[in-house]
Amino acid sequence: MPAMPLLDIKNLSVEFTTRAGTFRAVDGIDLTVDEGEVVGIVGESGSGKSVTSLAVMGLLGSNGTVVADRMHFGGKDLLAMSPSQRRKITGKDVAMVFQEPMTSLNPCFTVGFQIMETLKVHEGLSGKALRNRAIELLEQVGIPAPESRLSAFPHQLSGGMNQRVMIAIAIACNPRLLVADEPTTALDVTIQKQILDLLVRLQKERGMALILITHDMGVVAETAQRVVVMYAGQVAETRPVDALFKAPRHPYTGALLDALPERALGKRRLPTIPGVVPGIGDRPQGCLFNPRCRFATDRCRIERPALFDVDAGKARCFYPLADAPVGAGEVL
Amino acid sequence: MLRFILTRVSLVIPTFLGVTFLTFLLIRLVPGDPIEVRVGERGIPPERLLELRHELGLDRPLWHQFLDYIGGVLQGDLGVSLVTRNSVFSEFVTLFPATLELAALAMLFATVVGLPAGIIAAVRRGSIFDHGVMGISLTGYSMPIFWWGLLLILFFSVGLGWTPVSGRLDLLYYVEPVTGFMLIDTLMAGEYGAFWSALHHLILPMIVLGTVPLAVVARMTRSAMLEVLGEDYIRTAKAKGLAGKRVIGLHALRNALIPVVTVIGLQVGTLLGGAILTETIFSWPGVGKWLIESINRRDYPALQGGVLLIATTVMTVNLLVDVLYGVLNPRIRHSR
Repeated sequence: MPAMPLLDIKNLSVEFTTRAGTFRAVDGIDLTVDEGEVVGIVGESGSGKSVTSLAVMGLLGSNGTVVADRMHFGGKDLLAMSPSQRRKITGKDVAMVFQEPMTSLNPCFTVGFQIMETLKVHEGLSGKALRNRAIELLEQVGIPAPESRLSAFPHQLSGGMNQRVMIAIAIACNPRLLVADEPTTALDVTIQKQILDLLVRLQKERGMALILITHDMGVVAETAQRVVVMYAGQVAETRPVDALFKAPRHPYTGALLDALPERALGKRRLPTIPGVVPGIGDRPQGCLFNPRCRFATDRCRIERPALFDVDAGKARCFYPLADAPVGAGEVL
Repeated sequence: MLRFILTRVSLVIPTFLGVTFLTFLLIRLVPGDPIEVRVGERGIPPERLLELRHELGLDRPLWHQFLDYIGGVLQGDLGVSLVTRNSVFSEFVTLFPATLELAALAMLFATVVGLPAGIIAAVRRGSIFDHGVMGISLTGYSMPIFWWGLLLILFFSVGLGWTPVSGRLDLLYYVEPVTGFMLIDTLMAGEYGAFWSALHHLILPMIVLGTVPLAVVARMTRSAMLEVLGEDYIRTAKAKGLAGKRVIGLHALRNALIPVVTVIGLQVGTLLGGAILTETIFSWPGVGKWLIESINRRDYPALQGGVLLIATTVMTVNLLVDVLYGVLNPRIRHSR
């Protein structure tokens, strides 16, 4: 039994107050991440992946309300902290890389300024030591001619280079947990691979924990040790990556896997999941996935399933899939 | 950069011609020429009138007069005032510092008050402060300058007696003009009493002239800040664990300043236009008051020259703002 997990979240909910009423974007999820572990969070747009990560970082605006039974990082209660105590951890022990590298860096400041700012605030570095550390970081994230790049502005660099800079900022203070929210979605396919490899390399070298948020099952298969599949703000299934890919238990996970092109070889059409994730006003009764699930029964349409234990993990389904690969998401 | 400036300067030429032509034409559309206005009700023998008109060249066709004038302007000669017989340029130069001092302080007032008000309104969006600032600035923007000026004079000068009603300096003092800026001249002369007096005289005109720019700056700052605060890089700044003050005061403000500076530059035109009214209300001895007097006297060369010089000032300031825009915005700087 390993020691206490690095990140320990119990029953986290996030609600947004809008004019139309309150919308629960994240609905009672549990999430634990151990030191040095890579956890993949997958799900469609609107499943609450990003909101969860922003809640962990404490970056939700004033209209987002975070409620949780427990939200501990490194043994400290994040919810009990004052904003200034929280800021000492944010950017230092927990850091984040965002989806859009071109807009995530401030256009008015140089790359060097933006890297050194973090080091100055958290590590108190200054002068030559500060500059050298920034150059070293740019080197580590694979930016050529790092010394001359310090004075470059974000608009002078490509999207991939900017994402490397973002990663350099995130790892500047040797964080224990790095949250990467769709870090490759906005990039070219060839660059995606490079950035992903970079993240995995840095994670291994530094032994930091990594939460990789993505809607790409393939990315998760390559990098993560454990997978959390989210659907409509809830955890649908959470299991080790091998077990999950070999035999998904939740029909939604099964459908996501079937939608991978490499798994649909020989089929005329790529299987898809009909419908969309329920939004603010159309959450169904019973299991949230039931309108899109080909296995749904009357029970699924009335009763909401809890997270049940399945082999090596949990799945939120009354009728978990059997071992045999079934085309859960095939067009009906 | 040099090419950019040259292009901009060349664009100034049509504006220059347009301003000259319009001023030339409009003042001549006003009934009564310089001589008739001077003579007034006393009357003048018709032959003497023709003689005087001939002397001033007013009997020639308009196009001829215009070409003459333009020719002079191109050689740097703005002519002489028909009333004082002094060179228009030297009269302008003598009076301009007073206007500049007033305008600069008004702009300073507008920026120093408007910028923080706009920032706080944006950060506390929807609060009472926000609604208050926006309401007051809309009122300020809509208020006629002359009415606002008279109101302030009635309340603070006549009612409370806190500030003088008009002029630049108490009659008790005399300070040799060196720079033409009263605040600087009095300090250089070591006359602190005079300095206070000059400051007292400046307060009300400064507020009156600065009200419209203040409203514009506050509203512009608020909307620019609101836009910037929703940007991804603000989230990044917060994710770095920076304090709120640094996120707003550095990361957000630096970006929000780009449109605000442009607006401040554009306000210079409004400011000099407003100076004409403000100077008239407060008997401020600057070019604004001088221009109004020139209109009343139909002092064609003085008016034409004055308007032209003010237009030049406005265009120069706008050019400077464009250059400054490049300094503030790295994306523009590198594409030039």
